[in-house]
Amino acid sequence: MSDAAANQPLKTADGIPLKASLARAESRARRKAFLLVLPLLAFILITFIAPIGQMLHQSFYNEGFTVREDVVSGKRTPIMVNLKQWFDENPQGSEPDEAAYAALAADLLHLQELRAAGSAGTRINYERSGSRSMFTKGARNAKKLEPPYKEAILDLDDEWSDPELWQVMRDASSGYTINFYLAALDRAKNADGEIVMVDPERQVYVKLFIRTLVLSLLITFLTFILGYPIAHLLATLPLRYSNLLMILVLLPFWTSLLVRTTSWMVLLQSQGVVNDALVASGLLGDENRLQMMYNQAGTVIAMTHILLPFMVLPLYSVMRPINPSYVRAARSLGATSFTAFRRVYFPQTIPGIGAGALLVFILSVGYYITPALVGGADGQLISNLIAFHMQKSLNWSLAAALAALLLGGILILYWLYDRLVGIDNLKLG
Amino acid sequence: MKLRTALLATVFTMGGVAAAQAEGEVTVMSWGGAYTKSQVEAYQKPFTAETGIKVNSVDADNPATPIKAQVEAGNVSIDVADVEFSDAVRLCDEGLLEPIDVAMLPAAPDGTSAADDFIEGALQDCAVANIVWSTVYAYNTTNVEGTPTTIADFYDTAKFPGKRGMRKSAKANLEMALMADGVPAGEVYELLGTDEGVDRAFAKLDTIKDDIVWWEAGAQPPQLLADGEVVMSTAYNGRIFNAAVAENQPLEVVWDGQILDFDLFVVPKGAPNKENALKFIAFSTDTKRLADQASWISYGPARKSSGDMVGKFMDGKTDMKPHMPTAEANLKNALVNNFEFWVDEDAELNERFNAWLAN
Amino acid sequence: MALPSYATTGEKIWHYTYLTICSLIFLFLIAPILIVIPLSFNIEPYFTFTKKMLSLDPTGYSMRWYDLLLTFGMIAPDAPRDASWWADAWENAKWINAAKNSIIIGFFSTVIATTLGTIAALGLSRPEMPFRRVIMATLISPMIVPIIIVATGLFFFYSKISIQDWGIPYLGVVLAHATLGIPFVIITVTATLVGFDHSLSRAAASLGAGPTRTFFKIQMPLILPGVISGALFAFVTSFDEVVVVLFVGGLDEQTIPRQMWNGIREQISPAILSVATILVVISVLLLATVELLRRRSERLRGVTPR
Repeated sequence: MSDAAANQPLKTADGIPLKASLARAESRARRKAFLLVLPLLAFILITFIAPIGQMLHQSFYNEGFTVREDVVSGKRTPIMVNLKQWFDENPQGSEPDEAAYAALAADLLHLQELRAAGSAGTRINYERSGSRSMFTKGARNAKKLEPPYKEAILDLDDEWSDPELWQVMRDASSGYTINFYLAALDRAKNADGEIVMVDPERQVYVKLFIRTLVLSLLITFLTFILGYPIAHLLATLPLRYSNLLMILVLLPFWTSLLVRTTSWMVLLQSQGVVNDALVASGLLGDENRLQMMYNQAGTVIAMTHILLPFMVLPLYSVMRPINPSYVRAARSLGATSFTAFRRVYFPQTIPGIGAGALLVFILSVGYYITPALVGGADGQLISNLIAFHMQKSLNWSLAAALAALLLGGILILYWLYDRLVGIDNLKLG
Repeated sequence: MKLRTALLATVFTMGGVAAAQAEGEVTVMSWGGAYTKSQVEAYQKPFTAETGIKVNSVDADNPATPIKAQVEAGNVSIDVADVEFSDAVRLCDEGLLEPIDVAMLPAAPDGTSAADDFIEGALQDCAVANIVWSTVYAYNTTNVEGTPTTIADFYDTAKFPGKRGMRKSAKANLEMALMADGVPAGEVYELLGTDEGVDRAFAKLDTIKDDIVWWEAGAQPPQLLADGEVVMSTAYNGRIFNAAVAENQPLEVVWDGQILDFDLFVVPKGAPNKENALKFIAFSTDTKRLADQASWISYGPARKSSGDMVGKFMDGKTDMKPHMPTAEANLKNALVNNFEFWVDEDAELNERFNAWLAN
Repeated sequence: MALPSYATTGEKIWHYTYLTICSLIFLFLIAPILIVIPLSFNIEPYFTFTKKMLSLDPTGYSMRWYDLLLTFGMIAPDAPRDASWWADAWENAKWINAAKNSIIIGFFSTVIATTLGTIAALGLSRPEMPFRRVIMATLISPMIVPIIIVATGLFFFYSKISIQDWGIPYLGVVLAHATLGIPFVIITVTATLVGFDHSLSRAAASLGAGPTRTFFKIQMPLILPGVISGALFAFVTSFDEVVVVLFVGGLDEQTIPRQMWNGIREQISPAILSVATILVVISVLLLATVELLRRRSERLRGVTPR
């Protein structure tokens, strides 16, 4: 190749520079590849990302105190407009004056007409207990209220003068709020708008987040302790034996979660198989049957069993390719079998441990079904509390805020997993 | 290919069958187990036989919560629900229920108007009561040595060792805790209205907290008692009666400290079959149906005129009257649920209750 | 993993201890699944082995709980078992209806997940795919995000768009289950595409085959085992899923897991165990199928087992 030719850009047969032509071909290929993924991406966007996004919105937006939507007609009526106006005109910290109470009286009357006192009161009640009944009572008597309104309203219930209540109403009068996140962390705003912890006897969420973390770590550790030996055995046995034993790992993996939970209930009940066996063998008196279910023990035992395959499979896939001659070489150089294991074999399995541990931890943090069925009161995890606020207390914004915090944690772990292990290396059996 | 077509065809026809929506139906939500069965037998089957309207019976742990969720999410599929007194009043306050006109309810056989025939409080703006029931505690006679007789015995784990079953909610538990602590029934709600009273109730609950197994569905306590998972449990009285009489379980009710309540029929706002729902309520709450229901489960009818018609259990031998919560002998130390108290305090006390549970 | 001849006594003891420990762990894994099988034939309504069962007395065993699965919810369970009895069971028995619903939901969500997932996996495994890592992470995320969060999000989302008014039964649950099944399809199909020799498709193209023909004649046969096991995973995911059904399913959309969930919380009679037994048998069959497919795939791709 001469120097002159090298200075000329290479060209294809149609005279287009090769570089451009290649770039075009490449971008066409990229586009083609992307188009194949596009339908699924759009699907996931609609059925998965959008719902979660909407839920996140719900966690910092609640219009319970600003808009009343009629269930049947879907008509939306703004509520508490007078009070909102007063809040806009008077800065934070203003003492509620007669004008404020007049606005409140007008709004209560409006609530009564709309039958919305209960739901507006519920919104305030989320942040200040005991407020709901003040609103329903206030609305019921709204017609009878006469100026001076401050006196009239305080006559109904002197709690109306509580500065904390006014702070909550001020916050709630605009739909956007961070208060549900505060509540999800056992915090609230006081009368001056400062963030403080709630009463000790009402603190529950931080404790549950910590419990979820601790139990998940414990379960991860237990699956590691149980998973490592059998993964090692499977990896070192000849393939025809290990394939047979692998079925014992894969069968639980393929068996319905509810079936496995039911089985554990059968085993762990105080009149169940394990207790019966212990009593029959004389190890336990009939009156001292162990309580292994409806408490943390139940949650930990059942979840360890259910998540064990998720530890064994990544460990196995890392251990299988490890060349046994390394350990043999270490032995021949004078290492004891334990040293050979510790210095030569174990370090090579660390990627598998990382992958398995992260996977088990991520999955256990979000567990719901098993704790709900065998967890009793103290074996509940944060997911169960989310479900409680979704289905029982119906404080949906709080449920969404708790879910958002949980999701944040999970996504960090997931990112870590992707960095350390790589999503591509996820294998199923 | 033929096989695949056949498979597809099967799947599609199955879909067609399962999704077929018959004309003229009504969806009724109740509490499951023996109670739902009593309503199916006494109300739903005769209703379908007479009107041709199909009744879909569905269950929930407490129908008040799915109703509220459905109405607020604007996705109502329930037409009639059976709820507790305080829930009925609260849902009505919040505008989540259709008003029910008392005039549409049939008069008693002797011509007494419905308004006069129902027990006091049984007719509300948006609700019609069908039964009087009570929260009691029961025990398994094979697992308990001695005979518990008072509400205080429920809390006495020294005298009666073993696990206790309790409903996972503040309601009824707090009242019972105070009564077990020696508070007379008449002063319970007054005391619970104060912070000290609430603290005292929780302190009493604390004494047996480690021994409690929590239940949520009404069908659970008889099961927990029969399986020996608990030796005593709070329960809805009818469930225990059915387990004891119909299934021969060794269960005994302790009436001391019972808490009486109504169950009422309500129609959620936006119910898809509102007309049929009202028809169903009018049909089910006439004198005869209410009395009939009492032959399937030991709950008292909400009409005075039904009271005299209450006879025997469906087995034909057990006399129902002594098993009713309203029987004279059972009312010696009884508390009538104060719905106003729970309408106002439910959210607050349950919040505290949950924090207490988690700690 | 035979013991080498130079092993010391201590090592021998350790070796056998180790094998014992492993056996116990395997027992821990499998015993809870197998224990339900004999108990489901218990004639008594208890969850534990009766004396008669332990002495293998046939009168301690019965099929009554399996029978209950058929009759539960029927209008006339005690009628003679002729054609109309079976029609009654088919129409009204709760467990049969739950099975129908589960199969319908599972079938459609599997079809959606497999179709979309396979096509996407083809794109993802092309070397020139842009933003591969981010997109892959997004598509796998339904497997990682706690199900309660998905269910909560869908509850709000579906009521916002009033999906129940669209008149398509099961739509909400089917879409949700398809989403949950997609990661499995992606993982299994991309796994079969690893080491796929792209010169094969180029050879087909140079011989004049269009892209469609190349796909069906060259790629499809090679990835089919992966597609089928992905589909089975997706089906099992849907068949086993209860939280989404509880949150967004209509009241008439009772599936097997939902029926089990209700049953466990209310009356855990051995009828639940007979359902469990049936499900265990199904999972054994599925596992066997997937295992066979995996071997076939390895043979096809010329990967020899180590």
